[in-house]
Amino acid sequence: MSYWIVQLLNAVQASMLLFLVAVGLGVVFGLMNVVNLAHGAFYAFGAYLGWTVLQATGSFPLAFLLAPALTGLPGLAVYALAVARMQRAGHLAQVIATLGLLFVSVEALRALWGDIPLEFPVPPALAGSVDILGTPYPVYRLSVVALGLAVAALLWLVLSRTIAGAMVRAAVDNVEMAAALGVRTGLLFPVVFVLGCALAGLGGVVAAPLLSVHPGMGVEVLVPALVVVVVGGLGSLQGTLVGALLVGLADTFGAVMGPQLSGAAVYALLAAVLVLRPGGLLPARS
Amino acid sequence: MRALLPAVVSVAVSVLLAGPSSAREYRVGLLLPYSGVYAALGEEIEAGFRLGLEHFGDVLGEDTVTVLKEDTEVKPPVGLVKTKKLVLQDRVDVLAGIVSSGVLAAVRDFVHSAKVPLVVANAGNVEATGPKCSRYIVRVSFSNAQIARPMGRYMAETGIRTAVAMAPDYAAGHQHVEAMQAAFESGGGRMLAATYTPFGRTQDFAPYLTQAQATGAEALFAFYAGSEAIAFIKQYAAFGLRGTLPLYAAGYLNSRLTLDAIGDAAVGSINSLHYVTTLDTPENRRFQQAFRERHGRIASEYAVQGYDAAHLIVEALARSKGDPEAFVDAAREVRFASPRGPWYIDPATNNIVQNIYIYEIVKDATGQLVEKILKVYEEERDPPNGCDLAG
Repeated sequence: MSYWIVQLLNAVQASMLLFLVAVGLGVVFGLMNVVNLAHGAFYAFGAYLGWTVLQATGSFPLAFLLAPALTGLPGLAVYALAVARMQRAGHLAQVIATLGLLFVSVEALRALWGDIPLEFPVPPALAGSVDILGTPYPVYRLSVVALGLAVAALLWLVLSRTIAGAMVRAAVDNVEMAAALGVRTGLLFPVVFVLGCALAGLGGVVAAPLLSVHPGMGVEVLVPALVVVVVGGLGSLQGTLVGALLVGLADTFGAVMGPQLSGAAVYALLAAVLVLRPGGLLPARS
Repeated sequence: MRALLPAVVSVAVSVLLAGPSSAREYRVGLLLPYSGVYAALGEEIEAGFRLGLEHFGDVLGEDTVTVLKEDTEVKPPVGLVKTKKLVLQDRVDVLAGIVSSGVLAAVRDFVHSAKVPLVVANAGNVEATGPKCSRYIVRVSFSNAQIARPMGRYMAETGIRTAVAMAPDYAAGHQHVEAMQAAFESGGGRMLAATYTPFGRTQDFAPYLTQAQATGAEALFAFYAGSEAIAFIKQYAAFGLRGTLPLYAAGYLNSRLTLDAIGDAAVGSINSLHYVTTLDTPENRRFQQAFRERHGRIASEYAVQGYDAAHLIVEALARSKGDPEAFVDAAREVRFASPRGPWYIDPATNNIVQNIYIYEIVKDATGQLVEKILKVYEEERDPPNGCDLAG
């Protein structure tokens, strides 16, 4: 019994990391109709910037707070240089341009921080493990689950209970109508885009103590994050959360059944959703 | 132009004064990845190689070695193109390097028919010195089985009865686990499960580690390298498995190149490898001291492989004067005293015969992670495995 509970925790924890990365990707796609494959780069930047802050200050809270904030800066640059100009360029051009940016980012990471993977230790306050029905489970992984749920709750509150959230929902629904009603999309778009990048950066720095900080990490996370967005439905917070949970469960329990099934289970889920609900499970626009 | 004139004249004069020289310039083509996932290994092997030329180049007397570098990009077709360029266009006397087994497999037939000696400084696929062996391909690094077999033996000898294995799902992963398993089981142990994780796509090993723990095995054998190794061992430690499922690994898991990135999670793991940085021999002290002076860090096993490749090349060039047949014969005769201990090339397979060290990662008095040797398997030799160079 404890074995399956631990595996379920593994799945939920993987889902929460995916959620942090995918939410920005999905909202930007839904809001601006821009496919931003460079999004994975912000996940990697978050991890590397967090490492640098940790080296410089020795403070874990600073690293976890500053990494997402600093990740917003390259996010703003990408928005101004590429995304804002390419909004009407069509998906193919966007995919090619942003994929190019992703590869540039990998080489930039190699040039700035080197090829050898970096150490990002688990914060000492969260380093232990707790007993779950006789099986020790790392406290840090439980904290990741809690953080993911907290971010989801906070985003839900902002989107459903504030004026700014109403503006975002209105613009996702119909951007021309929202603009006609006085929503300043010229300001809304970059703010949402940079926040999405910062969340990917948060995902990166949170993942850093679990995984390894290496230049290719942004490329590795991109495809699962895209699957989450497609499964969940574009531009919807609930959709991204459900998508992340389903992908995390499929990946983990696929791996439990047999290592070669982990990828297969994820893509079977994707195929099933595309056939049955081409718009995703919970799209923002129906 | 006028500013250049004195320089041009002085070069011309010095060339004329020097006249015809008897000194020969040998050309060595270095095939290494300088981009892609193994770029760090390429740099490390080259650093060792250059140090080796410096330490042992005197044996050539007046003759000199010129190194021509090519980037294989860890891609087999690119490796083959670069190999052809070095042989056909640059007319190199010897080839050296090659990190990826895939690249080695791709260049094998061309090198074999071109009859240009190739000194392999990393790639460990068993076939290269087994059924696909070539008289002209000499390996100074290791074979996958050579590293894993002694570990299986050691685990059985120390009384471990059951084990599980984890490795990435590609040739090197399978070859390590299979060699370890065969030795472990012939020593009386039993392998309960071997899990091959999707290569290059697995960063979260939690489901597999939870599964390995649930088997109730006495030990875990693992082969991982690079960023996968770091993620694997950190997660292994975070799940508290150090107390319940001791880790035995092919030493790349805790390579000097990434040991600092792994940190305390590595402590207590038992490894097998062909080199240990703390060996107390004059050869190793000289090598490590020179490497540290130049690069400011401890040299890894990859640097030693480059260093020994250079040592073999200058020795064989000195004895053969560049003739490829004589070069291969010389390479198979020389016995080397290296930082990793004594070694020589097995004439039956052209694979290296060397010591394999079983060691534990421990913390020394100053808090540094160091290797503590538990056992040495001397003159570890691969079976011919379908190769018949001797006959």
